[in-house]
Amino acid sequence: MSQIENVIEMRGITKQFGNFKANDNINLSVKKGEIHALLGENGAGKSTLMNILSGLLEPTSGDILVNGEKATIDSPNAANLLGIGMVHQHFMLVDDFTVTENIILGSEKTKSGFLDQKSARKEIKELSDRYGLIVDPSARVEDITVGMQQRAEILKVIYRGAEILILDEPTAVLTPQEIDELIKIMRSLTKEGKSIIIITHKLDEIKRVADRCTVIRRGKSIDTVNVKETSQQELANMMVGRSVSFKVDKVPSEPKETILSVDNITVKDSRGIEKVKGLSLEVHAGEVLGIAGIDGNGQSELIQAISGMTKVESGKITLQGKEIQNNVPRKITESGLGHIPEDRHRVGLVLPMSVEENMALQTYYKEPLSKNGFLNQGKMRSYAEKLAEEFDVRLQSVSEPIASLSGGNQQKAIIAREVDRNPSLLIAAQPTRGLDVGAIEYIHSRLIEQRDNDRAVLLVSFELDEVMNVSDRIAVMYEGKIAAIVKPEETSEEELGLLMAGSSLEKARASVENPTAEEETIHE
Amino acid sequence: MNDKRQTLNNLLVPILSVLMGFLIGAIIMLVFNFNPIEGYSAMFKGAFGTPFYIGETLRQTAPLIMTALGFALANIAGFFNIGVAGQALLGWTGSVWFAISFPSLPSPILLPLSILAGVLAGALWAGIAGFLRAFFGVSEVIVTIMLNHTSLYTVNYLIRNVMTDSNDSTPRIPEAASLRMEWLTDLTNNSTLHAGIFISLIMAFLVWVLIKKTTTGYEIRAVGLNPMASKYAGMSTKRTIIVSMLLSGALAGLGGAMEGLGNFQNVFVQGAVPTLGFDGLAVALLGLSNPIGIIFAALLFGALKIGGSSMPLAVGVPSEVVDIVIAFIIFFVGANYVIRFFLERNKKKTAGPIEKHDSDKASGTPESLSGTEKADKKEDKE
Repeated sequence: MSQIENVIEMRGITKQFGNFKANDNINLSVKKGEIHALLGENGAGKSTLMNILSGLLEPTSGDILVNGEKATIDSPNAANLLGIGMVHQHFMLVDDFTVTENIILGSEKTKSGFLDQKSARKEIKELSDRYGLIVDPSARVEDITVGMQQRAEILKVIYRGAEILILDEPTAVLTPQEIDELIKIMRSLTKEGKSIIIITHKLDEIKRVADRCTVIRRGKSIDTVNVKETSQQELANMMVGRSVSFKVDKVPSEPKETILSVDNITVKDSRGIEKVKGLSLEVHAGEVLGIAGIDGNGQSELIQAISGMTKVESGKITLQGKEIQNNVPRKITESGLGHIPEDRHRVGLVLPMSVEENMALQTYYKEPLSKNGFLNQGKMRSYAEKLAEEFDVRLQSVSEPIASLSGGNQQKAIIAREVDRNPSLLIAAQPTRGLDVGAIEYIHSRLIEQRDNDRAVLLVSFELDEVMNVSDRIAVMYEGKIAAIVKPEETSEEELGLLMAGSSLEKARASVENPTAEEETIHE
Repeated sequence: MNDKRQTLNNLLVPILSVLMGFLIGAIIMLVFNFNPIEGYSAMFKGAFGTPFYIGETLRQTAPLIMTALGFALANIAGFFNIGVAGQALLGWTGSVWFAISFPSLPSPILLPLSILAGVLAGALWAGIAGFLRAFFGVSEVIVTIMLNHTSLYTVNYLIRNVMTDSNDSTPRIPEAASLRMEWLTDLTNNSTLHAGIFISLIMAFLVWVLIKKTTTGYEIRAVGLNPMASKYAGMSTKRTIIVSMLLSGALAGLGGAMEGLGNFQNVFVQGAVPTLGFDGLAVALLGLSNPIGIIFAALLFGALKIGGSSMPLAVGVPSEVVDIVIAFIIFFVGANYVIRFFLERNKKKTAGPIEKHDSDKASGTPESLSGTEKADKKEDKE
C-alpha cells in the first residue's frame, strides 16, 4: 500500500566525497500530490541529495525507488524519463532565446526537419493556462522578470513530462508578491497530482506551503514531520541542533547626533534612468535605520551613491558633517563608512583571492599591512587570523581562496573587515541573503552590537521580518523616494507591505484596520 | 593542502600540452618518413649539444622572457595585450636609434640610456592602448592589434627616411652600446649570447616581487580578478589599467632592446612585426603568467627554435616540418582547455563535491574578462 503511495523513496542514501560524507544514510519519502520541504542549513547536504535524485551525482550506497520500483538514476536524462525534473536556484536559461525556445531546448519538436515552434507554443500555452504559470512565450528571457524566468523554468520541466518537481531555493530571488504567486502555482500543480520537493531554509515558507518536512543536519536525516503539527521554532531547533532565537535581543535605542544626512539627492542607474528621485533621510549614532522596499525601487542606487560607486546628479550627502557626494570611494571609506555590499560575490569579495587578501581589501595600502608600497604578508596573515577568530569565520587556513568558504562564512569575513575599521556609519545591504538561521542570528546580533557602540547602521533588506526585527526606525522606499518612516513597534507587516506597494501611510493604516478596502488601495 | 594539489594540477596542464605537441610532431615525422627519435635527438643536440648551441638557445630565450612577462603582467590585470610585438619593435628601434645618435658617450652611460630609450618607447606605445581603455573604454585587443601595424610601418619609415638615407638597415651600434660581453662570447665559442639573459632573469624576479609583494601588484591582481570589488575597495581602476599597460609595454620594449643592442646590433626594415611578440604570448600562456613558469617556457621555446634549425642539416627533416611540430606545441598550449577538460572530468569521477564547480566558474577568466568590460563601460558613463 504505502509502496504505491510514495512516488519517491530514497533509502539509506550515502554520498562520500573523499573522507567527507555529504550524505550519511539519509531516508526520504515523498507522497503523491504532496509538497515536501527539505530543510537544512547551508552545506547540510540538501543539494547533494537532490543532485543524486536528479541524476547529477551517483550515490556511494543506498537505493532509490520511483513509484515503488527500484531505479538507477545515472544521468539527468534518466531522471527525466522517470518523470523527475529539477528547477535550479540559478536558472539554466539562454538569455538571448525566447521563452518558447528555452522551454523546448533539448526536446525540440520537428516537422520534416524544421523546428515546429507553432505546435510547441500551443502546447506551452495549454500548460501555462492549466497551472496558472503566466509567461509570454515569445518574450526574450533577458527582457522578462526573475519571477517569469522562474515560471519558464518550471514550464520547461513540466513540458518534459515531469511528475516530481524539485525546486531548489525557489523564493531566494523573488519579491513577496512573486512568492505569493509561486505558492499558488505550487498548489495548482499538486492539485493535478504532481509532487513537489522544495529545498529551502526559510521556515515561514515551509509553514505556508509544505505538507511534510524532512530536516537534514550535517548530512544526516534528523526527522520527517507533518508541518501542521509543528512550529517554526521546533523546525529551527531541529535544523540547527540547538535552540535558536528569532527575536533579536536588544534594548531600546538611544539615538545621538546625526551621522549621515542625505539631502534631496537624485541618482541615475547605469542605463541613465532616474532611480532615486529627491530622497532625504538621516541616520543617527546609536540607531539602526532599516530601509524596506521591493527590489528595484532605488535602494541599490541609494547605497551606491552614498558609498561613491555611482554619481549623484543633484543633492547633498553629509557624513559626520563632511560633504561626501561624488567623492571617490576611498575618500568616503576613510571618512568613516563601512559597507557590507548587496552582492558579496560581485562586489564584496575577490573570490579567487585568499581569505587574508580579501580581509586586507580596504586597508592594504596603509600601515601595518603595507609599508612604502610593499605588502607585509606576515601582518596580513595575522590580521586575517585575528579577524577570523573574533568573528567566528570557519576556515581551514587564511591562505585558502575565499571562494571555498560557505556563504555565511564569506559574509562574516566581510562584516569582520568592515566593522573592524570602526566606521561611524555601517551600511548593511541584504546582509543575510541566502544565509541560514544560525548565520542570520549571528549577523543580526553583530549589527545590534554596532548600534550599541554608538555607530549609525543603515540596513537595507527585502526581508520584512529582518527589517522589523533589527531596525529602530523603518523607512519604506517606493519609486526612488521615502514613502514613510515608521517605528517597528507601531507598524505591522501588512502595513509595510502596502507602503512598499505604493500606498500612503494614511491609506495603509486605514486599510489595515478595515481589510476590505485593501484591494482598492493597491490598485490606485 | 588543497593549494598544493591545485598547483600540481596547474603544472600538469602545460606539461601535458608540451608532451602532446611532441607526440603529434613525432607522428608527423613518421608520416613524412623521418625517424622521430633521430629528429628529436638532433633537435636536442642543436639546442644544448655544445657551448655554442647553449649560448644561442639562451640568447633566443632572453627576449622571449621579456615579451612573455609583458604579456603576463597585462593579463594579470585583465587585459589582453596582443601588441607586445609592436611594443618590442618600438623598443628595439628606440634603443638602436639612441645608441647610433650618441656614439661618443662612454659605455656606462650610453648602454643604460639606450636600454632606457627602448623601455620608454615600448611603454609609451602600450600606454596609448591603456589610456584609450581607461578613459574611453576602447577594447585594448583591437587597439594593440592596430598599433602592431602602425609600429611596423612607422619603424620602416623611420629607418628609411630619418635614421638613414634610404637604406634598409641602420649602421651597427657603437661597441659601447652593445650588450655582448667578451667572456660570454668566449665561454660559448663565439655564440651571439649577450648580457640580456641576466637582465631577463632579474626582471622575472622583479616582476614576481611586484605582483606578489607590492600594493601595486595587489591592485593589479584585484582589478584583473574583480574590477567591481576593486572599485568598492577604493582602488582606481583607471590608474591600474594605465600602470599595468605601461609596465607591460616597458617589459616588451626591453625585450626589443635586447634584439637591437644584443642580437642584431642594428635595426632593419622588416616585412612583419617580430615573431618575438607572439611567441612571448604563447610563452606566457604556457608559463601560466607566472615568472618562474615563464623562464622555463621561454627556455623551451628558445630550444625549439634553435634546436629545430639543426634538424634539416642533421637528419634531413625539412624546416617546415620543424615549424609544424613547434606549431602543434603552441596549439596544445593554446588549446589547454581541452586538456583541462579531460583532467576535470577525471577529477569529478574520483572526488570533489559539485558545489566546488560554481565557485570555479565564478573565478574563470572568460567571466572576469567580460566583467572588466562591463565595469569599464559603466565607468565611462559616469
